[in-house]
Amino acid sequence: MAQANMTKVQEPFVRMVKRDTISMQKAWAIRLIAVLLSLIVCAIAIVPITHQNPVEIYAGIVSGAVGNSRRIWVSIRELLMLLTIAVGLTPAFKMKFWNVGAEGQILMGGLASAALMIYAGNAMPNWLLLIVIFIASAAAGLIWGIIPAIFKAYFKTNETLFTLMMNYVAMQIITFCIVFWENPKGSNTVGIINSKTQAGWFPSIFGNAYVLNLIVVLLITVVMSIYMKYSKQGYEIAVVGESESTARYAGINVKKVIIRTMALSGAICGVAGSIIVSGASHTISTSTAGGRGFTAIIVAWMSKFNPLAMILVSAFLVFMQEGSIEIATQFGLNKNASDIITGIILFFLIGCEFFINYELKFRKKHEEEVQA
Amino acid sequence: MEQLENAIELKNVTKRFGKVIANDSVYLTVKKGEILSILGENGSGKTTLMNMLSGIYFPDEGHILVEGKEVTIQSPKDAFDLGIGMIHQHFKLVDVLTAAENIILGLPGKGALNMAQVEKDIKELTEKYGFDLNPAQKIYDMSVSQKQTVEIVKVLYRGANLLILDEPTAVLTPQEADKLFAVLRNMKNAGKSIIIITHKLQEVLALSDRVTVLRKGKYIGTVETSEATVESLTEMMVGGKVSLDIHRADPVDPECRLKIEDATCVNHEGLKILNHVSFEANSGEILGIAGIAGSGQKELLEAIAGLQHIRSGKISYYPQDGSTHTLSDMKASQIRNLGVHMSFVPEDRLGMGLVGKMDLTDNMMLRSYQEGSNPFLDRETPKNLAKEIVEKLDVVTPSISTPVGRLSGGNVQKVLVGREIASDPEVLMVAYPVRGLDINSSYTIYNLLNEQKEKGVALICVIEDLDVILELCDRILVMNNGHITGIRDARKTTKEEIGMLMTKNTEEEK
Repeated sequence: MAQANMTKVQEPFVRMVKRDTISMQKAWAIRLIAVLLSLIVCAIAIVPITHQNPVEIYAGIVSGAVGNSRRIWVSIRELLMLLTIAVGLTPAFKMKFWNVGAEGQILMGGLASAALMIYAGNAMPNWLLLIVIFIASAAAGLIWGIIPAIFKAYFKTNETLFTLMMNYVAMQIITFCIVFWENPKGSNTVGIINSKTQAGWFPSIFGNAYVLNLIVVLLITVVMSIYMKYSKQGYEIAVVGESESTARYAGINVKKVIIRTMALSGAICGVAGSIIVSGASHTISTSTAGGRGFTAIIVAWMSKFNPLAMILVSAFLVFMQEGSIEIATQFGLNKNASDIITGIILFFLIGCEFFINYELKFRKKHEEEVQA
Repeated sequence: MEQLENAIELKNVTKRFGKVIANDSVYLTVKKGEILSILGENGSGKTTLMNMLSGIYFPDEGHILVEGKEVTIQSPKDAFDLGIGMIHQHFKLVDVLTAAENIILGLPGKGALNMAQVEKDIKELTEKYGFDLNPAQKIYDMSVSQKQTVEIVKVLYRGANLLILDEPTAVLTPQEADKLFAVLRNMKNAGKSIIIITHKLQEVLALSDRVTVLRKGKYIGTVETSEATVESLTEMMVGGKVSLDIHRADPVDPECRLKIEDATCVNHEGLKILNHVSFEANSGEILGIAGIAGSGQKELLEAIAGLQHIRSGKISYYPQDGSTHTLSDMKASQIRNLGVHMSFVPEDRLGMGLVGKMDLTDNMMLRSYQEGSNPFLDRETPKNLAKEIVEKLDVVTPSISTPVGRLSGGNVQKVLVGREIASDPEVLMVAYPVRGLDINSSYTIYNLLNEQKEKGVALICVIEDLDVILELCDRILVMNNGHITGIRDARKTTKEEIGMLMTKNTEEEK
């Protein structure tokens, strides 16, 4: 009797099953396959659009990012900035506070640095000036981060919108300041600040301009990962992020934790601003943050807040970004060509996490079918 | 006697999640016009089995037959098309819509909606089976039992012939449960088939025709209810004899530990969630709190623990050392440090006491991490405490570094209650300590509570199951709508009296 209705029985062709565990090797193998696949897809996209050899373009990207020692150091400098911001965002995101206002916090930190370089450049020795710059930029970022936190804690405002709006306010303040700091007059840009005295610039160490950046960023990263993992405050952040009601029941002052954590997050992003202004560009404009505050969100989430993974992810993104500048000039391509490549690779990398968490099961051939 | 046809048949159904086998070749038949109970402890695979019937999971092996024909259920829609409807424990209704609007929600229809016709159809249905339902009433105006009625009518309206109810009486008063049973019997007589999942053996015996028992994912057997007893069913479920009596010692030298005088709390909308509440809790005694869900039980415990602001009234605490403290002026952490502890098991079992993604050690820390002035965490002490609790309470866990969210409900609750007890409280408040737990785990928790009582702790327990509250507690405080409607001696009162008090109208409602 059942056979007559056999045709109706159809197991779905493919199903997904959640994996219990996956070995490290297997997970990394899946990620590697994803990168290779993405490069193939990129090649398919590149050939008809640009009529170039994809292998040459890939080579161009590599050479642009790490082709000579100057390029390597530029890439490292960019990596460090991105890493700092991602580290700064980590406590906020761990607390499930959607801080998309890193751009504004960076700008305010950068603004504080630029102001000190301009107004206090000759007032004190460089080492003291740098310390003052760090403190002031941290304070500026802190203020920019703490405002939405206070509103969130006391009035339950939506932090995503609030932090986003704060970005625009910061940009307008910079535009306003540029009017006073214009150099040369009428250029509507600030120009290189203290290009002669180099006051407030990060000094060269071992003959390299970016060693101080490296030291500062690594220090922040190490201190923050210890803070998040082993300190009582870091534990509180994790509890509040996972469940506010549990935190409340445990006697944690949720309001205080939200404000304190955002102060910290904003302060680190502010310091990132000073690293950009004092440690790299030596100028300020509305594009000083350059979208890094948003890119760092991808870095933080893709690496699941693991500091080592953050270094890898930032390195990859910077690599693609620096490579893109090179292929833009070398092949006369629009810079967006590289954005397409980055986009495709990211798509595959994020997508492959699905295959790390789930397993696909295909329909097996049934014995009944063979009998029929 | 006419031959009863099988409405649904499951043969050899197996479902695995990774290495875990949730259902291991399970057989199940439901006849037309029959009520079948499914019994099993937590993690025995009842819910997984029902989810396969309602199209949420797809079985790895086995066959499902509806009215003798083999079918594939790939989605909840397939299940609906086959006339299978599930009523979940948590209602899935839109609050601002009326009953009728909720019932037709998601159904395909013509361009124009004839609400009058829909309401007429619903009236017909409700009259046929004896439901008490006004189709035009908004959901937010309804009691829990009325909402449940809407859910049941919803699946009937869609033409379901097989209804699956997941612990339908957990949220009802005894009177409401009786009403539900009457309706279910009407449906059965009209030829519908009903599967009911429940932990309450008394209900199984009173309502169902046959009982299917699962244990650890395996099919144990199916028996006629008329041939079963509470003892025989328990033995099938657990796989051995279990003593079903809750030991209740008489309180020894009760002293007043907590005194609540005329406490009133107001919520955001200005409604009184606690209305001039006064009572005392004594050492060496279990004070049970009964009431329909949402009558102010949670707020009462929160007020004592300092998590709920009291508008007026006074809460005093008299610890063993003879001192006196006014809790109503203190902060939550101060109250905790004085030895007044609370563990609340919310509906999702984790939300308020434990962090699901953290491991046992980190969850132990939740209570104690603030101690000391060292800015860094001490993980050694909580680690040892976690080990101790795992050992003492037989918590089934791969290791103490497993996230608690991965443990089964019973084990999560053992961890939760174990942690509170470990800190030697003088007053211990527990809310829903056995929520959703099976017999064995429940008795472990009852024993833990009794142990505390004998140590002289003052216990306040919010418990849903009236049978349990009558057996376990010394005094029972009944709440309705923020009022205390009565305090009774648990040894002298009856289930009916408590049920009456739970729905007793409070004088202020005019």
